[in-house]
Amino acid sequence: MAMKTLGRQPATAARQGADEDSWIEVADLRKVYTPRRSEPTTALQDIDFQVRRGEFISVVGPSGCGKTTLLKILAGLIPYGEGAVRVAGRDVDGPMPEIGMVFQEATLLPWRTILQNVMVPVEVQGLSRDAHRAQARKLLEMVGLDGFEEQYPSQLSGGMQQRAGICRALVHDPAVLLMDEPFGALDAMTREYMNVELLRIWQQSGQTIVLVTHSIPEAVFLSDRVIVLTPRPGRIAEVIDIEMDRPRELGAMSSDQAGVYVDRIRRYFNAAGVMD
Amino acid sequence: MTVTQPETSGDVSKNTGKTGRTGKSAGKGPGASAAARRRRFDLRERPELVLVPGVFVVVVVLWEFALRPLGIDEYVLPRPSQIAAALQTQLSDPMFWTHFQVTLQEALVGYVIGVAAALLLGTAISQIRLVERTFMPYIVAFQTVPKVALAPLFVVWFGFGMTSKIVMAAVIAFFPMLVNVVEGLRSADADRIQMLKVFGAGRFQVFRMVRLPSALPFIFAGLDIGIVFAVLGAVVGEFIGAKEGLGYLLLQTNYNFDIAGMFAVLIVLSVVGLLAHMLIRLLQRKIAFWAEENQVIAS
Repeated sequence: MAMKTLGRQPATAARQGADEDSWIEVADLRKVYTPRRSEPTTALQDIDFQVRRGEFISVVGPSGCGKTTLLKILAGLIPYGEGAVRVAGRDVDGPMPEIGMVFQEATLLPWRTILQNVMVPVEVQGLSRDAHRAQARKLLEMVGLDGFEEQYPSQLSGGMQQRAGICRALVHDPAVLLMDEPFGALDAMTREYMNVELLRIWQQSGQTIVLVTHSIPEAVFLSDRVIVLTPRPGRIAEVIDIEMDRPRELGAMSSDQAGVYVDRIRRYFNAAGVMD
Repeated sequence: MTVTQPETSGDVSKNTGKTGRTGKSAGKGPGASAAARRRRFDLRERPELVLVPGVFVVVVVLWEFALRPLGIDEYVLPRPSQIAAALQTQLSDPMFWTHFQVTLQEALVGYVIGVAAALLLGTAISQIRLVERTFMPYIVAFQTVPKVALAPLFVVWFGFGMTSKIVMAAVIAFFPMLVNVVEGLRSADADRIQMLKVFGAGRFQVFRMVRLPSALPFIFAGLDIGIVFAVLGAVVGEFIGAKEGLGYLLLQTNYNFDIAGMFAVLIVLSVVGLLAHMLIRLLQRKIAFWAEENQVIAS
């Protein structure tokens, strides 16, 4: 497979200062929600992990284990109580341009064309539109949406919209790509197809990816490592290295090797009495 | 007061599969537009194309020929042909057009003022909590006042001229617009706002890129109701005290027991309302093309 990279060197000073082995660094993270008029609940506790640059890491766990909370903390959307969170050498204290995010729903803006939607981060961050328009077209071509640039989201299928959402997350060449159950709303067939697509995109763009999912096979198929979270409060039960060869074809998902990993992860949930 | 959520913030992730959508979003390909055209003129798909004019013809014919056998006096309810004649007389009278112009001017100026004020205040209410907390109780309280009942007061304050009617039109167009602006700006999908924030958008960018477009279908609903209300306000103002305008003309024809003439004025007023409504729907389809049609936002 040709390893065509998107060919732009990361330019920010922050990136140069970051250590390749701890591109994302979460240390002793604890998040407590204190709602008004009720008891505080601990969503995350003792969260401690590092992500290498260019690594694909997944976070799995039962519903309500705080995996989406973890992702939102990485995205700078919600403040964290204790611990340290660093992305690309910078302390996270709010949304930052180094991050691209793909959401559960594509959340495209219906009044913008696909190309205009992909350009949203460029506009928001005040980057050069002319320079990035070419990048946006390139990304759309990469996910097979060339020819749809001037269409509106309502004219695209759910899978196509989600692919446009991925392009939007990558257009400003972020250091880290966060994905919050990005394929949860898709049917099983489209989902498998999108998994293969995602691997292909990742191989070409070389981003560091943190994927939150509640599909264990999906996590195993895609990732270099899988972080297994326990039910509330979310703690890291285990970080599993997925030692399967790359590039992975769809068949790898149902291989014996994958099955062993899937069983191993599933055991945590069965033991906890919660199946997802 | 009910505000129906339009389909804008609905599931964008699901392909509706429609080919013949109106506005810009309609298929760009020639195949899609041909399909839309076929559907537009297929009577099985759209029986109303025949039924609506059909009902009109039937009613007019019945009205024309059934009044005398039923013993209804023509002075009370003139026949359509008499109304048509009266309409023709009115339309060829230069005085009528003066009245027409006065009412139109009052309604339009009042409309623009009312709608612009509602846009400003509505934006402030939806964006600044302190403004909402301070003014919302007054607005809710004032909302229960029947605005039409204020007309005599306005005539006392602003005289028999155009000003009192403009104020009336502005006040009456203001409220439905305000409600729709506030609701519309609040209707923005939380996920979309979060998406923009992740990419680093500030408050104003969120407003410009998500809140305002999300509010557009609501704003158009407010504009639509508002224009009809503004004409109503102008006419009611003229009822109370005026020397010109279609409301004044309506009263004159009434005093003269010229019922056919009254109908003629009513028809003109209806046509004005209908044209204004169609113009706003046309703008809506051009500007807020992504929103589903037939969303009724009542106030």
